Amino acid sequence: MNGKSSTLALGSAAALLVAIALPFVIGDASRLNLLILVLMAAQLGVAWNLIGGYAGQVSLGHAAFYGIGAYTSTLLLLKFGINPWLGMFAGGVIAALLSLAFGWSCFRLKGHYFAMATIAVAEIVQIVFTNWDYGGAAVGLTIPMTHDGWAWMVFPDKRPYYWIALGLLVLTLAATAIVERCHVGYYLRALKDEPDAARSIGIDITRYKQIALSLSAFFTALGGSFYAQKELYIDPGSVLSTALSIKMALVSILGGIGTLFGPVVGAVVLTTIEELTRAGFGGSGRGTDTIIYAALIIAIAVFYPGGLIGGYRAWAGRRSSRRTARGYEPQAAVHGEAHARDEALR
Amino acid sequence: MTAEILLQTLASGVLIGLIYALVAIGLTMIFGVMDIVNFAHGEFMMLGMYASFWMFALFALDPMLTLPLTVLMLFAFGVVLYKLVIRRITNAPMVSQIFTTFGLMILLRGVAQFFWRPDFRSIENSWVSGTVKLGAFQLGRPQLVAGAGAIVVTLAVYFFLHRTKWGAALEATAADKEAAQLMGIDSHKMFALAWGIGAACAGAAGGLLSTFFPIFPEVGANFILIAFVVVNLGGFGSVAGAFWAGILVGVIEVMGGLLLGPEYKMAVVLVVFLAVLMFRPQGLLGKS
Repeated sequence: MNGKSSTLALGSAAALLVAIALPFVIGDASRLNLLILVLMAAQLGVAWNLIGGYAGQVSLGHAAFYGIGAYTSTLLLLKFGINPWLGMFAGGVIAALLSLAFGWSCFRLKGHYFAMATIAVAEIVQIVFTNWDYGGAAVGLTIPMTHDGWAWMVFPDKRPYYWIALGLLVLTLAATAIVERCHVGYYLRALKDEPDAARSIGIDITRYKQIALSLSAFFTALGGSFYAQKELYIDPGSVLSTALSIKMALVSILGGIGTLFGPVVGAVVLTTIEELTRAGFGGSGRGTDTIIYAALIIAIAVFYPGGLIGGYRAWAGRRSSRRTARGYEPQAAVHGEAHARDEALR
Repeated sequence: MTAEILLQTLASGVLIGLIYALVAIGLTMIFGVMDIVNFAHGEFMMLGMYASFWMFALFALDPMLTLPLTVLMLFAFGVVLYKLVIRRITNAPMVSQIFTTFGLMILLRGVAQFFWRPDFRSIENSWVSGTVKLGAFQLGRPQLVAGAGAIVVTLAVYFFLHRTKWGAALEATAADKEAAQLMGIDSHKMFALAWGIGAACAGAAGGLLSTFFPIFPEVGANFILIAFVVVNLGGFGSVAGAFWAGILVGVIEVMGGLLLGPEYKMAVVLVVFLAVLMFRPQGLLGKS
């Protein structure tokens, strides 16, 4: 381990300790809830990033996996009394299996075609659940609070939900970090940048895309099961909507696509904006909160196409080049910006 | 199932399909010329509906009378939107383009809700209200007029693209932006024109729909997904393809509704869409 990565490891460990201790400092329930929402959005963004960022396949249908996670654990609990921790794992496995069909039907498509096909798949799943009586149809499913505590993942107090959400995020980040560093990560980068070259040296493109998608589906479904246990109520509109799929992608794109911590940054910014505008303007019932939220999305997409991390790197690149090489300042600055953009596009 | 029911369903499928075609034509033009998928396209249609509604409610002007005005307003809106926002993302990565137009979609819905409330509104007793009896079965007159109007607008766009200098310049930009620019065609002007015409088509569809469809801020959501399907089936960028694919999707939708129940009609459309994408990624009518 070299100096830089050990500093990073130490920094991450310190940040994690602070994050674990945070609920003891914050007593306010609504603030704690905001933190939980941030963690949930971050976890989904990190999971989405595996296929959308590292493999470069922009899925706008991830709500299908989220919904399958939520419905699997909830149905197993309600109909068979199966423990939600087990149900959560089962939901992840089922989502990963279903992602095989998802990949099989969508992977030969590129760019816009892929994105639209994923929307179609998720919409079909939503229509099926909306009309499936056993699964609660449009009315949805309610989880009773008969058992509570860690064994059944139901708590009257919000703090345990915070820790579980944090645990899920750390798990998903760890999985991404491992993928990033092993051969799968290298292959993904290769097939994203130069698909033809990757194929010509014998990389089975579809197989590696599928690995990324299955992992992404697994972790997205864990998030869905967690949502069900936290809200104790799910319906197709809340766990299977296209708006949800788009939010997962948005968090990742906003922060910085294809970077480990980009989705976390994106989740902090997006969720905070969303909740603040809702609290500040949502009461009017006139959609003011939506207008502000949308205007910010547009502004960021237009002015920071590489996401916030990309924008930060460009800025840092300009700064450091100004400090080190005064004579070559303009050229170096341009280079820093181009580098950040390349990074963002990777 | 009698033959009459079948025929009547087919006819209504063709009529709604003509509207789908009109919405999709605008979308396919924007895509064909500059490779951007406009998620806010359903909202352009929604604005067209509200334009018709307000001219009707405030000045008692019939939607059929104000249709040219609605089309002009939306044309101007499309051009202004291009100049203000879209121009900045012409060379941006696909994800930022998707999220810009997606943001516009939410923004326009929010703006509509802000000014006009989330209520459902409708236009009663317009010139075209009532039904028309054709032998054994009957059809709504607004739907018939809307279908006819959609055909007229489609022909106008088709004529513009293939018979005028501006249309040729637009086609040239769609085929090869750099080469067209070398021939002296300003691609920014062409992009603005594509957004203008694209929005105008959606506005026309909105105006035609306003006589028989509820008007509310989120009405575009019902149409955008179908428009995507139509654009895909017709082949990205093809106006003629979108026209025929629109009719086809309208028919598939109503037949699916008739056979499996209305709650599954959208699912049937989407399954057909995925099946076609898998076997003919260039669309049913697109060239490979």
